[in-house]
Amino acid sequence: MAEIFAYIPHSAGVAEDIAMEFPDAAKKMDANAAVTAVVTGSGADLDKVVEAMTAVYSSVIKIDNEALAYPNAEVVRKALVNVLPTDAIVLVPNNTFGMDLAPGLSIKMDAAFVADVVDIDGCDGNTLKLVRQELGGAVSTHVTCDAAAGAVITVRGGSFAPMEDAAVGGAVVDKSADAGDLTCKRRFLEVVAAEVGDVDITKSDVLVSVGRGIEEEDNIEVAQELAEAMGAVVSCSRPIVDAKWLEKSRQVGTSGQTVKPKVYMAMGISGSFQHMGGVKGNPYIIAINKNPKAPIFQVADVGVVADILEFMPALTEAISG
Amino acid sequence: MEILVCVKRVPDTAENEFELNSAGNDLDRDDLVYSVNEWDNYAVEEAIQIVDNVGGNVTVITIGDDESEEVLRREMAMGANNGILLSDDAFEGSDGKGIATILKAEVEKGNYDLILTGAQADEGAGQVGGMLAAMLDYPYASLVNKVVVDGDAVVKVGREIEGGNQEMNEMDLPCVLSIQTGINEPRYVGIRGIRKVAKLEIPVKGAADLGLDASAVGDAGAKVKRVDYFVPDMGDGAEMLDGSTDEIIAQLIERIKSKGGLA
Repeated sequence: MAEIFAYIPHSAGVAEDIAMEFPDAAKKMDANAAVTAVVTGSGADLDKVVEAMTAVYSSVIKIDNEALAYPNAEVVRKALVNVLPTDAIVLVPNNTFGMDLAPGLSIKMDAAFVADVVDIDGCDGNTLKLVRQELGGAVSTHVTCDAAAGAVITVRGGSFAPMEDAAVGGAVVDKSADAGDLTCKRRFLEVVAAEVGDVDITKSDVLVSVGRGIEEEDNIEVAQELAEAMGAVVSCSRPIVDAKWLEKSRQVGTSGQTVKPKVYMAMGISGSFQHMGGVKGNPYIIAINKNPKAPIFQVADVGVVADILEFMPALTEAISG
Repeated sequence: MEILVCVKRVPDTAENEFELNSAGNDLDRDDLVYSVNEWDNYAVEEAIQIVDNVGGNVTVITIGDDESEEVLRREMAMGANNGILLSDDAFEGSDGKGIATILKAEVEKGNYDLILTGAQADEGAGQVGGMLAAMLDYPYASLVNKVVVDGDAVVKVGREIEGGNQEMNEMDLPCVLSIQTGINEPRYVGIRGIRKVAKLEIPVKGAADLGLDASAVGDAGAKVKRVDYFVPDMGDGAEMLDGSTDEIIAQLIERIKSKGGLA
């Protein structure tokens, strides 16, 4: 089994949560595997993250370069290809950055690639046994990956046990001089902040959240009426925003808002991991969906198999008395 | 501007309830409804809009069997000018790298300024676009939700990042972009539109036509292989309420009240 490296995503000097989860993923590949953190960036923010990672990893590679101040995947890829051994197993977060970086990285390292891994069943020689999902989470699959010449694996956040009370006292290896030429044909310009909407769904204790099951734009009103009766606010999943039926500021999910309500009512929402990634604070989750196999029923506290277009008006009437 | 859009025929997640076959190692595919991958419609729409603005051609391409031709025709009915079907028994069992390898062979026969893919498809990997770009040494951006063509040399590209924010980049052409849903509103295609393109010729190319070594693609070349499908045991899951609608609603209201969701 080759050496395992974990790419640490960070912003404003703080590593993202998944940095604490990679060691468990590596252990599930090979109980004896050494895992090395790789942190790219620039200046004081980078140093803060590197310092924090020495508590979690026995070895931390630091790559400091002004061109890495913002994580442009194409620039980071160049640096990693120049620094990492070609037969490395590289763990990358399956977030918007990792999705940008990892497929191309695997080609440049001539390594195998597996995306969005949610579990690991060990290895058989150089063959990794991994678990991932297909069809929007409707089914899972076991996948084998020949990692003899290296592998790039993106890992879904929240799938592995986070390390607690980490105090490893690892060593820092500065590889900044090995990063090489970092000029790229894609240049980062700026981040445009999300528009602020008329309603702040992050402030509401109760959310009536609608998904594809709402079927038509005119039916949004049915959810509005339920929300009004409950003193709640209407939020939604991505397809509703894609269809322009509600504004982007009402979207719950990793690509939308992160909400922490007391009660989350998922109405006709299938429950993709991208959507549930925006539901935090362990709310009481109520799922209404006409598909009894909808993944949302796996994560909800209470569920009803019903057509929301019939169920919501009935619930509204019962609440309004 | 010459634009190539890579599309895929996939089981429609909105139209199917997925069941395992009796052996438990594959989906029960007998009654599955297939359609074009949702993300790909946004990619084709974006390509058509760009060509409407600056001129050029949109070519749609897919890898698959004869049945995949129907998704090419659908996208041609949207307004794509040409279709190409890459089909060969040797392509079966390809992993993401195999698919990218096949596409690269055809890309090199053309003269494309821009290559678009959907941000992901049925397998949820989002891998082919990034791999293809790296193989071609083109710049790549994923999860693209804005494309501004500004002359022949560069393109401005917005990427969806966490929290609904947008990352703006400038990229040299040619480049590869994977397109996120919501970037536009894909036009509707009716039966009449499909009929109009029913007779257009769609060339079919195999490994030999592309000059591909059959051992580099398909099952033979795949480092990553799916072993089986399964439905994971996720623990207890939700407490399912049954009974009459009135009974269910009474139980639900009680629970909402106890959790502080209703006064």
